Amino acid sequence: MNKYIERLYNGIIKENPTFIIMLGMCPTLATTTSAINGLGMGLSTTAVLMFSNMLISALRKTIPERMRLPGEIVVVASLVTIVQLLIQAYVPALYEALGIYIPLIVVNCIILGRAESYALFNGPALSFFDGLGMGIGFTMALTIIGSVRELIGAGTIFNFRLIPEAYSISIFVLAPGAFLVLAVLTAIQNKLRLPSATNGDAPEEFVCGGNCMGCFSDCKEKAPEKSEVEKKEAAV
Amino acid sequence: MKLLHLSANPHVRDRVTSAELMRDVVIAMLPTAIYGVLQWGFHALLVVVLTTLMAVFTEFAYQKAMKQPVTVNDWSAAVTGMILALNCPPGIPYWIPMLGSVFAIIVVKQLYGGLGANFMNPALAARCFLLISFAGKMTAFNNAGADGIATATPLAILKTTPDASMNLMDMFVGRIPGTIGEVSKICLLIGALYLIVRKVISPKMPLIYIGTVALFTLIFSGRGFDMHYLASEILGGGLIFGAFFMLTDYVSSPITPNGQIVFAVLVGILTGLFRLFGGSAEGVSYAIILSNILVPTINNMTIPKAFGREGK
Repeated sequence: MNKYIERLYNGIIKENPTFIIMLGMCPTLATTTSAINGLGMGLSTTAVLMFSNMLISALRKTIPERMRLPGEIVVVASLVTIVQLLIQAYVPALYEALGIYIPLIVVNCIILGRAESYALFNGPALSFFDGLGMGIGFTMALTIIGSVRELIGAGTIFNFRLIPEAYSISIFVLAPGAFLVLAVLTAIQNKLRLPSATNGDAPEEFVCGGNCMGCFSDCKEKAPEKSEVEKKEAAV
Repeated sequence: MKLLHLSANPHVRDRVTSAELMRDVVIAMLPTAIYGVLQWGFHALLVVVLTTLMAVFTEFAYQKAMKQPVTVNDWSAAVTGMILALNCPPGIPYWIPMLGSVFAIIVVKQLYGGLGANFMNPALAARCFLLISFAGKMTAFNNAGADGIATATPLAILKTTPDASMNLMDMFVGRIPGTIGEVSKICLLIGALYLIVRKVISPKMPLIYIGTVALFTLIFSGRGFDMHYLASEILGGGLIFGAFFMLTDYVSSPITPNGQIVFAVLVGILTGLFRLFGGSAEGVSYAIILSNILVPTINNMTIPKAFGREGK
């Protein structure tokens, strides 16, 4: 497989940031009140992620090791500011809906996680595609979760009505609904033994082999061989 | 040699079973349920019956599906369904409280391990779930006699027009709009008396709770010693129902003697806060489930000193 295509596949399916690595839960919970909000948040993050990965990768030899976090934050924050102003100018409705979560993209753990674990070790072009893949994976996940919440909570998907208004359970578009939907999703993943950060049978190469409990007790012994994972976690 | 039987304390044994306790709670709720049905008619009866049956059926179906021992005979699901139904307005479409039953039994009770393991009162959690989801339908209260005219509860009237004068006798007997089971204070007190006489509940927590709400209202309502207003606040909503039937839930209230006092005072303060300063007129349900979450902490902080260690 072409290594660029492989990056896209990795971000969308193999290490999907929301469903499998389970990073960026805060925007996932907060902005998936409807399919369109999830899509908007995903696309904004994708735009930032692609260029932050590319720029940080290009600067990886310039940024001193000890100053890498401030350096990354400056790059990401600049990009977020651009995206924020663009959204405010051209899609004011989305800007209103996402509110504080647009500036918070700066500290999104997916962005810092990819910068720390991928962009610092790979070239700009590959990093760009890594960011694109991760961004598309994130966007798809947010749109799917947003659609489910919007369907149950408001009876619509992308404002297209599927269920009469009288039968919508509006708690699902409010904060508790986000936790309920995500909990059910994770429960299904665990039940079906699908790969995810909460599942003991997940592939070995990411996030403590997937078993949080196992890592809790013996992560010190295993630390050296899992440095990339630790960096990911540090970024969270 | 016979094996010694080892178990955690308390070691005092009694013949009373969970099923008997729960059945007593159902019996105690019957007067107010019957009053509600007489007041609002057939629809209210169907709401109570269907919601209770749905709770029992959900527990049965879940435990069958999960291949667990079926425990519907312990009446606890019936109590949950009945409390939930009595917490709904009489004119509610049947499917809403039935959905609440499913939520109460599966999400709040069974997912956390079933009877004795739920961290929150399932019926109240389901009520709040419904209240958030169907705010309009859950607060559409009808006048007595099922004439279908929507009207405000005494608490809601007091919230908007504090000078409104309420007929205390109507509130005590139950000739006011409200949920099916909360309106008739006299029927509720009969049920509560039954529970106290049968030693199913102790009057300690309910009385401390009601006292705290009264004190809080006296101090912070800004109306001084207006006893008429105070009595309206106590009799006008779900306070009595909540105090005797929901606050005293064994599973989700503290087990230590001091913890129970702390818990009751906390719920009282929260209820007062929500009622006087919150956006909505009523706050009993939210106050109780919010405090339910703190129960493990309260239990840990109020562990009694072991005998012989008092001086240290």
